[in-house]
Amino acid sequence: MYYKSKSYKTFTILNYTFLTLLSIICIIPLVHILAVSFSGKSAANANLVGLLPVQFTLEAYAKTLANENFLRSLWVSVQRTGLGTVLSMAVVILAAYPLSKEKYHFRRRNIYTWFFVFTMLFSGGLIPFYILVQKLHMMNTMWVLIIPGAVSVWNMILLLNFFRGVPKDLEEAAFIDGAGHLRTLFSIYLPISLPAIATLSLFSMVGHWNSWFDGLIFMTDHKNYPLATFLQTIIVQQDFSKVAVRPEDLENISQRTVKAAQIFIGMAPILLVYPFLQRFFVKGIVLGAVKE
Amino acid sequence: MPKLDRVTDTQTAALPAAKSRAELKDKRRRELVLDAMLLPAVILTIIFAYIPMAGLVIAFQDYKPWLGFSESNWIGFEHFQYLFSTPEYVQVIWNTLIIAGMKMVAGLIAPFLFALLLNEVRRNSFKRTIQTLVYLPHFLSWVILGGILLDMLSNEGMINQFLGAVFGMEPIFFLGDGNWFRFIVVTSDVWKEFGFGTIVFLAALAGINPALYEAAEVDGASRWKQTWYLTIPALIPITIVVGTLSLGNILNAGFDQIFNLYNALVYDKGDIIDTFLYRIGIIDGKFGFSTAVGMFKSLVGFVFIVVAYRLAYKLANYRIF
Repeated sequence: MYYKSKSYKTFTILNYTFLTLLSIICIIPLVHILAVSFSGKSAANANLVGLLPVQFTLEAYAKTLANENFLRSLWVSVQRTGLGTVLSMAVVILAAYPLSKEKYHFRRRNIYTWFFVFTMLFSGGLIPFYILVQKLHMMNTMWVLIIPGAVSVWNMILLLNFFRGVPKDLEEAAFIDGAGHLRTLFSIYLPISLPAIATLSLFSMVGHWNSWFDGLIFMTDHKNYPLATFLQTIIVQQDFSKVAVRPEDLENISQRTVKAAQIFIGMAPILLVYPFLQRFFVKGIVLGAVKE
Repeated sequence: MPKLDRVTDTQTAALPAAKSRAELKDKRRRELVLDAMLLPAVILTIIFAYIPMAGLVIAFQDYKPWLGFSESNWIGFEHFQYLFSTPEYVQVIWNTLIIAGMKMVAGLIAPFLFALLLNEVRRNSFKRTIQTLVYLPHFLSWVILGGILLDMLSNEGMINQFLGAVFGMEPIFFLGDGNWFRFIVVTSDVWKEFGFGTIVFLAALAGINPALYEAAEVDGASRWKQTWYLTIPALIPITIVVGTLSLGNILNAGFDQIFNLYNALVYDKGDIIDTFLYRIGIIDGKFGFSTAVGMFKSLVGFVFIVVAYRLAYKLANYRIF
């Protein structure tokens, strides 16, 4: 029994220590930023904050939540995440069902499959896409954030694989009872595939919440910025010109503790859905990655 | 990526053919419903994926927005020649290859080793806690992490303070020096993704037949020998798959990450094709030239993906489509 040997016991102690350190390193930056956000302004500016708040105060959060621009961006993000996820899931579910059929039942299946998969391999790139959005007059609209990304080929493939696992007998029984494809999809496939749909919805939500680049290039008016784009502008680019009109606004968003509070609010929804996400996703990913 | 054709046509061929003309007609009619279900996705894909592909023509034009595709002058391969004859632009391509290459190697080794270590943990609660913590950064965006890293890596930031206090080091200008910048880009990428990358290796480990380990024990193999002769060989196929598939990303050095960390001081070593494309295309408005750059990237990427998929099939018998 190898695990009773002395050298293996030593290894186990070292291994546990190392893994603990590694996982601490993974969350230290998040703990630090949380500590800064709860600290007093002077302590934060003097770099006295490590992993625990110094001069505990909620001032930074009060200032953040009093900032009109921040709240408006937050609202844009909430809207795009809600609408975008619903739209994307609707399109993906409707497409995954026919693609999950065997070729015998749906002759054009392979043509459609390649039609979609090709877009994963090759694309027109940023500039033609940008010109297209301009020509469609989608600049500065919510639509540009939710429509072009609605067809997620990746999610489609994951879901069609899940649909393939639905017992064929159920489907045949439904057909004999006179149900059509739509009815079968909604009454049989969807209830059975709820875990898969929940996982993909959560992925889609996280994607929308984190997405910032489309906001940056397609919203020429900062009032339409989603939260991620707003944060990118003031925290990463440090460009306050667009979002701070009055001097007191500038003071209120450039302060270190306020930035930390904004970052924390920006990731809070992810931290909230993460526990639910984590339960499901290992299966989802593995399904897509490893073959039997 | 999952296989699209799990059910082969030989199985379906065994099914009885539609018996009568009426049945056949009924079957065709049912298929139309399936077509209709695909319609929204097809329309959106044509508009937002295929029409931009047609827009690639401006790579061969001196494109002027007010003239449009039809009126702008055709200039052939001039943009491409310009890209490959300007030293700064060639440097951008090199930067992309170097950063992407370093990320690929580090991004393969780290999860591999981590999975091996995690595999030795026998206490499930501990294992799950570690996994929960290391997967987390994957779900946060580079805007959030960029914001945090900019703060922590500044001259007065937490990391320089720590290095100063423990080793008495002078503050390092991490994000202002090209070499340090590359180091930070690769390290922070590994930091963000190694946990998540572990999942496929853990799945492969779970698939190893326990009887093999029992047999090895009976033969008196130490844990190290078991790892060397059993565990590692069992991981080789999935490692080849992950490695070759990442080849398809050879020109993707990570736009989100670099864009959120870099600044003008490190353009010489940190500017990659995607960030360069954004600056000259969207900011400077050189639509024709940056489309040519994007097209070059797309084509090379396409070739690499096809080669990588074939390699993965040859080396590890892994089929995607």
